[in-house]
Amino acid sequence: MSTLELTAEKVSAKKTENISGSEAVLKALIAENVETIFGYPGGAIMPIYDALYDYQDRLQHILVRHEQGAIHAAQGFARTSGKTGVVFATSGPGATNLVTGLADAMIDSTPVVCVTGQVFAHLLGTDAFQETDVINITTPVTKWNYQVTDANEIPAVLAKAFYIAKSGRPGPVLIDITKNAQLQKFDYSGYTPCTHIRSYRPKPIVRKKYVEQAAALINAAEKPFVIFGQGVILGKAEKEFKKFIEKSGIPAAWTILGMSAIPTDHPLAVGMLGMHGNYGPNVLTNECDVLIAIGMRFDDRVTGRLDKYAKQAKVIHLDIDPAEIDKNVKATVSVWGDCKETLPLLTESIEKKTYPQWLERFKEFQKEEEETCIIPELNPTSDVLTMGEVIKLLNELTKGEAVIVTDVGQHQMVACRYAKYNQSRSNVTSGGLGTMGFALPAAIGAKFGAADRVVVAIIGDGGFQMTLQELGTIMQSNVDVKIIILNNNFLGMVRQWQQLFHEKRYSFVDITSPDFVTVAKGYHIEGQKVSKREDLMNALSTMLNHKGAFLLEVMVGKENNVFPMVPQGCSVAEIRLK
Amino acid sequence: MKPEFTITVYTENQIGLLNRIAIIFSRRKINIESLNTSPSEIDSVHRFTIVINETEDVVRKLCRQIEKQVDVLKAYFNNNDEIIWQELALYKVPTDVIAEKVKVERLLREYGARAVAIRKDYIVFETSGHREEIEALIKALEPYGLIEFVRSARVAIIKDSMGFHEKLKEFESEEPGANVIENEFLDKQDEVFSM
Repeated sequence: MSTLELTAEKVSAKKTENISGSEAVLKALIAENVETIFGYPGGAIMPIYDALYDYQDRLQHILVRHEQGAIHAAQGFARTSGKTGVVFATSGPGATNLVTGLADAMIDSTPVVCVTGQVFAHLLGTDAFQETDVINITTPVTKWNYQVTDANEIPAVLAKAFYIAKSGRPGPVLIDITKNAQLQKFDYSGYTPCTHIRSYRPKPIVRKKYVEQAAALINAAEKPFVIFGQGVILGKAEKEFKKFIEKSGIPAAWTILGMSAIPTDHPLAVGMLGMHGNYGPNVLTNECDVLIAIGMRFDDRVTGRLDKYAKQAKVIHLDIDPAEIDKNVKATVSVWGDCKETLPLLTESIEKKTYPQWLERFKEFQKEEEETCIIPELNPTSDVLTMGEVIKLLNELTKGEAVIVTDVGQHQMVACRYAKYNQSRSNVTSGGLGTMGFALPAAIGAKFGAADRVVVAIIGDGGFQMTLQELGTIMQSNVDVKIIILNNNFLGMVRQWQQLFHEKRYSFVDITSPDFVTVAKGYHIEGQKVSKREDLMNALSTMLNHKGAFLLEVMVGKENNVFPMVPQGCSVAEIRLK
Repeated sequence: MKPEFTITVYTENQIGLLNRIAIIFSRRKINIESLNTSPSEIDSVHRFTIVINETEDVVRKLCRQIEKQVDVLKAYFNNNDEIIWQELALYKVPTDVIAEKVKVERLLREYGARAVAIRKDYIVFETSGHREEIEALIKALEPYGLIEFVRSARVAIIKDSMGFHEKLKEFESEEPGANVIENEFLDKQDEVFSM
């Protein structure tokens, strides 16, 4: 590969030292300012772990309980820190256990570098012990992957891996290193970070022409509407985004991953889009005249029925990934580029405006939603606890400063609907892939990524049981995460669909749980179970004031539903309030 | 029938890239009609030629997904009017029947074929051209006991392409120019010279 050869030539003039491939891996991590690795040792990665033994003062290794936990932790770390998460796993089952996390990181654009061990190069293709074709298994779920069989390649390949994972639209990269390459001694001449790959253009060049066309559309608009996604956070463009909406005066709604890019109580923030998003943003998508999509990809959970989505609107799409333009929704004007660059240009070219009447429309819908959905959820009149009131009290205690990590299902939608955020990178969830079991390990990583912040994992009784072994990681590494299990004794979201669309045929959603508090106790983690409203506030403060990890199980209504809801196959305007 | 498009992809020569490109089609349940990999006009750059039947909209999206791959330099797509293309085919026929019953010289001339191997027991003919020409020769040879037939993937030259030399320089510079980004041949359909 010529790019690698070029790099190798450039550095060959420097002084060299004779080190092993394994040590070169660790030197690369240090050069990339990696501090924390999430991993699990095994046969084929033992040389790297052996080298790590001497690097414990410079690299912190968090021993997880399952490789899936390692990659979700690395994702959580990346999401709160804005840095690249790093994972070590062995060959075969170690590597295949990463696949769910890779797919999750791929669809949610999370920068992760995974280093997997592989059998000796001479054993490749012989069905050797713990050999799997990891490169081919992970090809569809990685931004890039590469197998190293010669230690000489390691510095340049890792430099490439970190560059690719983090630049442009971020994503997961997997480097598979055969055991012989890990053991091989070679002349190491230092580490040169990668800054350019000729076949890879992370950032499209911003064309002023399109920025101007977009500005003209915005300036002429009467009912413009901004919808934004994680692109704003990934591009570290929160300030630029805030300036843009404040000058333009345009109401803005977020996708689930865009959440927290602006404070949830910003006067122009009108709520969440999508299947369980807010009423106004969904309905008014089909009423606005100019729809400005920023760093989002028109997922089907956001658009509902595509042929009835914003057909009346002119669409401006700002995205860094050219493949996203016109993929689902045809753009009238597409502005390719990093929104960190495009937003200031756009802000410069637009007129300062306000749309009081248009904003009032959102408020009207908000009022209706409050009465039908929000008040019953947050201030229920029956004795049965709701998920929403737990989030409401949590908001009161954390004042929007906490990082909230959610799993997948009803609790996720409720948490994302009602949680308040003051700062960016506060919402960590599995959006695109919808990976149950994500939250507990992701919360561990989120805490390492934001050590000075309170990290609260909100998990359902189903999802918690998918990765509860990571309580062991929390115990061993003293990770201060607060865990709230919202237990409705059901796989609630599937049950809700079965109720609404399958005549209440509750097929295998009735899940039993262990005594979670006792399970936590077995891991020396403090816990409490609450089923009465009067105990909830105290329990939440006990949890937040507790030094170290704490598990709070809250028994909530068995058959509560999440509303509003855009039923599958319906347009966003057909959103149901009940 | 959806129209035929030829996708030309310039790539790094990287193990595993064939799979990475192939799964872009298979994931969407799109059949690849023909796939050829070869060197290109530039030493270190490989060239994929892929033929599929799909709508232009789908093909454009596929090209963007292909181009998104880290080791892909550029992906172009063209309809059949915009390219010069050839396929190559080999036909093995029994010598005795052919020698006795066919006016070989006329056959060769008519179908632009040539004999690449002549043995006592069989002859191998070769022809190249568009699909119809290759199929016409099958029809002509079938009555005489066609023993074996094989056809290659399509190779195609883009009529309006100036080659990749200049473009590669742009790719290699840290700040590539704007025109490395779009499939410029698309915007110039009227200017394409047609034979």
